[in-house]
Amino acid sequence: MGQAVKIDMDSTWQIGDMAATREAYGKALKELGDKNSQVVVLDADLSGSTQTKHFAKAHPDRFFNMGIAEMNMIGTAAGLARAGKIPFASSFAMFATGRAWEFVRNSVAHNYLNVKVCATHAGLTVGEDGASHQIIEDIAIMRVIPEMTVIVPADATEAYQAIYAVAEHDGPVYVRLGRAKVPTVFAEDYKFEIGKAATLVEGNDVTLIACGVMVSRALDAAKELAEQGIKAEVINMATIKPLDNQAIVKTATKTGKVITLEEHNIIGGLGDAVASVLSEEVDSKVRFKRMGVEDKFGQSGKGMELLDHYGLGVADIVREALTILRSGEATT
Amino acid sequence: MTDYKEIAAKASEIRINSLKMIHAAASGHPGGSLSISDILATLYFGGHLRHNPQDPEDPSRDILVQSKGHASPALYSCLGLAGFYPIEDTITFRELGSKFQGHIDRTKVPGVEISTGSLGHGLSNAVGIAIAAKLDKSDRKVFAILSDGELQEGSNWEATMSAAHFKLSNLVAFVDRNRIQLDGWTEETMGLDPLADKFKAFNWEVLEIDGHNIEEIDQALNKAQGLGSGDKPVMILANTVKGKGVSFMEDEVAWHGVAPKDEDLNKALEELAK
Repeated sequence: MGQAVKIDMDSTWQIGDMAATREAYGKALKELGDKNSQVVVLDADLSGSTQTKHFAKAHPDRFFNMGIAEMNMIGTAAGLARAGKIPFASSFAMFATGRAWEFVRNSVAHNYLNVKVCATHAGLTVGEDGASHQIIEDIAIMRVIPEMTVIVPADATEAYQAIYAVAEHDGPVYVRLGRAKVPTVFAEDYKFEIGKAATLVEGNDVTLIACGVMVSRALDAAKELAEQGIKAEVINMATIKPLDNQAIVKTATKTGKVITLEEHNIIGGLGDAVASVLSEEVDSKVRFKRMGVEDKFGQSGKGMELLDHYGLGVADIVREALTILRSGEATT
Repeated sequence: MTDYKEIAAKASEIRINSLKMIHAAASGHPGGSLSISDILATLYFGGHLRHNPQDPEDPSRDILVQSKGHASPALYSCLGLAGFYPIEDTITFRELGSKFQGHIDRTKVPGVEISTGSLGHGLSNAVGIAIAAKLDKSDRKVFAILSDGELQEGSNWEATMSAAHFKLSNLVAFVDRNRIQLDGWTEETMGLDPLADKFKAFNWEVLEIDGHNIEEIDQALNKAQGLGSGDKPVMILANTVKGKGVSFMEDEVAWHGVAPKDEDLNKALEELAK
């Protein structure tokens, strides 16, 4: 098995900067390539979009364009890992996880191989390309595979750090990245750790647990709630698997009201993962709401506009928070 | 001089042990195990595949990816004979807790390089290992054994395309062309012919041999090494007989995935001992 190398980080995004997580991926990957000759990259004719083009330009001998053939890309990545390389395999999330699912399951995970599936253009925020490309099932189908680690970075800073972290981690990983520019929520001093939730705002009234682009929206909603005197706790759950159960138990015990937020089908994603912990490990009186795409396909439109259209706007979060707070009053 | 008789004797031992395993487990795949026994024996005992039972991860070893993971009894028997573990251990095949899983598992059995079982993966895995060897400027040879039926999986053609594209002259693949798959003859189920023309059209060097003639297998592997100085991967189409060596199993679809009963085993072992 290849040994990943620990590497110093140097990130460049300031809070509020608009940047896509795929940009951070492209930057981190190129740097990893500079520092570790075992890192190899595979893409399936989308290097200009996934941003693996930066690695390709700097390290052409270690970049493999596999053509539009995702099954073989993942199977080949498994072979490279078996021979000691640290392969990063990229395509759009729809194809890297969907088309190639059984290769991720059998060639990679069942072989316990050190392959990093880093896929971009996940979720509704792909935007104009429409439903065929807007995968809202990837978290579900990756987290059910034994041995898989599943990470959904919230912004460029976190994506950048996560790429370094997964290179150090020995084992199969899925990293969900986005196309759209999203607000940077983490400063340079943020430290991403696989499997650790981050409490961004502390509060006693209601908890918002979010991943990906929904983290910045949760923060905006918390601000609006604060104006109404409601103290929302905001938790960034970047690692969906292994899930930080302790953080969930702690916040649910504290606020008794939990809302999950994700740019994914409400079935099988972060919400269901949190629900499992709440139902098995926490007092059953906790009130809970999953916010996500309500089991329907997306459509063309601008990324952020689509989130609003499918009920994932800041106003929707505020409304659900107020509803869950009121439902609490009614039963006590 | 390569001792073909000695290799043939090893192939016979692979067949005998495979049938004993499948009989003991009362399940497994005899047909496709018997059809690759001569290829495995020539690779491991004809000096073609460098291996080190004392250090299965020896960096100077060659690598075999057996894509037809259901023919596990043949590979487990071969690796046992090669000294990776006592061959007697394989009698626990398919039992709960046994390292000898129904389909080959690299995490449990020393000498197994890649876990397979789901068809259509192995050639892609071999492509990755061959690319890594080229990157490392290693003289490692990478071998793959594919079934013929599994070529119906489209992923094989993605892998075939990429092996030629990346000029993987260090890759030698066999197709175990026994012409039978689970449901019947390949040409009746989903036709594969003309296979040689297909691989030639994908820019591979193609050799066609009798997959039960040790001398032909040996010479094809020697020839494949010579071709390796070029820039093409090599496909050896090995014409084989499913169930080879046991008269009542030969060319019988029914013996794809059925275990021999006591009397079948006795009769088969008698034939193989000759």
